[in-house]
Amino acid sequence: MTTTLRADPVTAAEIAVLPDDAPPAQARKRDGLFAIVYPPVVLGLFTIGVWYFISYRVLDKKRRFLLEPPHLVWKRGFADREVLKEMSSGLLVTGKVALWGLGIAIVLGFTLAIIMSQSKLIERAVFPYQVMLQATPILAITPLIGFWFGYGLNSKIFIAALISLFPIVVNTLFGLTSAEQGMHDMLTLHNAGRITRLRKVMFPAALPAIFAGLRISAGLSVIGAIVGDFLFGQGDVGIGQLLKRYANLLQGEKLLAAVILSCLLGVFVFVSFGWLNNRVVGRWTTPSRGK
Amino acid sequence: MAANTTAPTLSFQNISMQFPDGTQAIADVSFDVAKGEFVTVVGPSGCGKSTLLKIASGLLNQTSGQVEVDRSNIGYVFQDATLFPWRTVKRNVELLLELHNTPKADRGNMAQRAIDLVGLNGFENHYPKSLSGGMKMRASLARTLTLKPPLLLFDEPFGAVDEITREHLNEETLKLFQQERFAGLFITHSISEAVFLSTRVLVMSARPGRIVASFDVPFDYPRSPELRFDPAFAELAGHINQSLRGAHA
Repeated sequence: MTTTLRADPVTAAEIAVLPDDAPPAQARKRDGLFAIVYPPVVLGLFTIGVWYFISYRVLDKKRRFLLEPPHLVWKRGFADREVLKEMSSGLLVTGKVALWGLGIAIVLGFTLAIIMSQSKLIERAVFPYQVMLQATPILAITPLIGFWFGYGLNSKIFIAALISLFPIVVNTLFGLTSAEQGMHDMLTLHNAGRITRLRKVMFPAALPAIFAGLRISAGLSVIGAIVGDFLFGQGDVGIGQLLKRYANLLQGEKLLAAVILSCLLGVFVFVSFGWLNNRVVGRWTTPSRGK
Repeated sequence: MAANTTAPTLSFQNISMQFPDGTQAIADVSFDVAKGEFVTVVGPSGCGKSTLLKIASGLLNQTSGQVEVDRSNIGYVFQDATLFPWRTVKRNVELLLELHNTPKADRGNMAQRAIDLVGLNGFENHYPKSLSGGMKMRASLARTLTLKPPLLLFDEPFGAVDEITREHLNEETLKLFQQERFAGLFITHSISEAVFLSTRVLVMSARPGRIVASFDVPFDYPRSPELRFDPAFAELAGHINQSLRGAHA
């Protein structure tokens, strides 16, 4: 008797009418690699063309140092062993500063967001200052930071952390409070405590938002590390100091090469976190555009 | 279903509910739901039907009146499936067992039994995003059934699915009702759903909600899908409809 009344298996009709709110990811038609690759390649080639045009047609020989042509940037920037070594070591230094800053921002940001998610009172108390901190121009407090933490590594890390803190707090807090009321009700019905609620509902629900914040913050931490290095000239030589040096020496090719490299560092960080995001939450979230 | 001499599973006695903003949601509602009963409340939207379930489960406290119910194990099927998108079907179904500290070794079997009951076998490792609306509701039902609750509250659970899927799910719900022997309290807009499922249909008035009529549904279980086309079915639905129109005015 106990097993005779089993429900029918899911009917074919039910499977056939997969609703529009939940399209299975695999079923969506994907564009070929070529269709994805060729538009940016065409635009890139066009940009290089414009670049050459400006270098050779707009600028005369005396003023060409303002925008050296691409092949010279390659030859004197990337292809020159000494310069490349200098820049990659600078990149490493800057990368490390960015990572430290991001790490501190993550620990601080998570802690703040979790505390704020547990008490509306604390959230209300902290938030205005959070916004104020974010609105403060880094340049304006540079002297103060140098005054407090010196003109070397500590100050650079401080700036990288400061600049990347805000998106982490805001996104994490938003994520933690994003779980449906029904999920909370269910835990309430079964007498779940604060920790269980945080662990089983709030934190997993927050993951997509956390990763969105991390991606933004990771990019910002690189900017912070470069700015910090640029402003505080002491300590290991990073990309910021190199940029300053090349600019002072009017070495346009090297300057451009360093700019491109810092740009690549930012892209690398962004893509890494995108990859991490797909690894962690990609299985259960609906894929969004622009990865 | 004959009158039950033992204490009812759920008993509302003169329940009234007024929200802090002054809205009177429910006024003086009294009724019982006993083991073996499937009671459905129909009423216009916004008449406080869902509030009734929240009071029964303890999510809300009534302003006055008494609720008698054992809250240690109440099944609650929400309007939305409220599946956790980061969990597979299997892990979603295991959730309540986790919350009740069921030993890990037992969870798998208990969850699997519930998944088989609702006919979702084969979909254990799917994430909710790849399920249809009806399948999500099945998973939600399975999750509720793992704890074998003696009382199941349904808050318009099939309102968001299409008509055919709704009829399927109604038939499944009846099978589960007969097999699991829970007492059911079901909220819906749909009169035919109410008649098809229930032993008794209560009609609630517009806000503030009161019970204005009660209809016993005489059809025996198991009920076949064809019951919906029975003249007696249509007649009863007609009566309820009339009463509901009165309640609306």
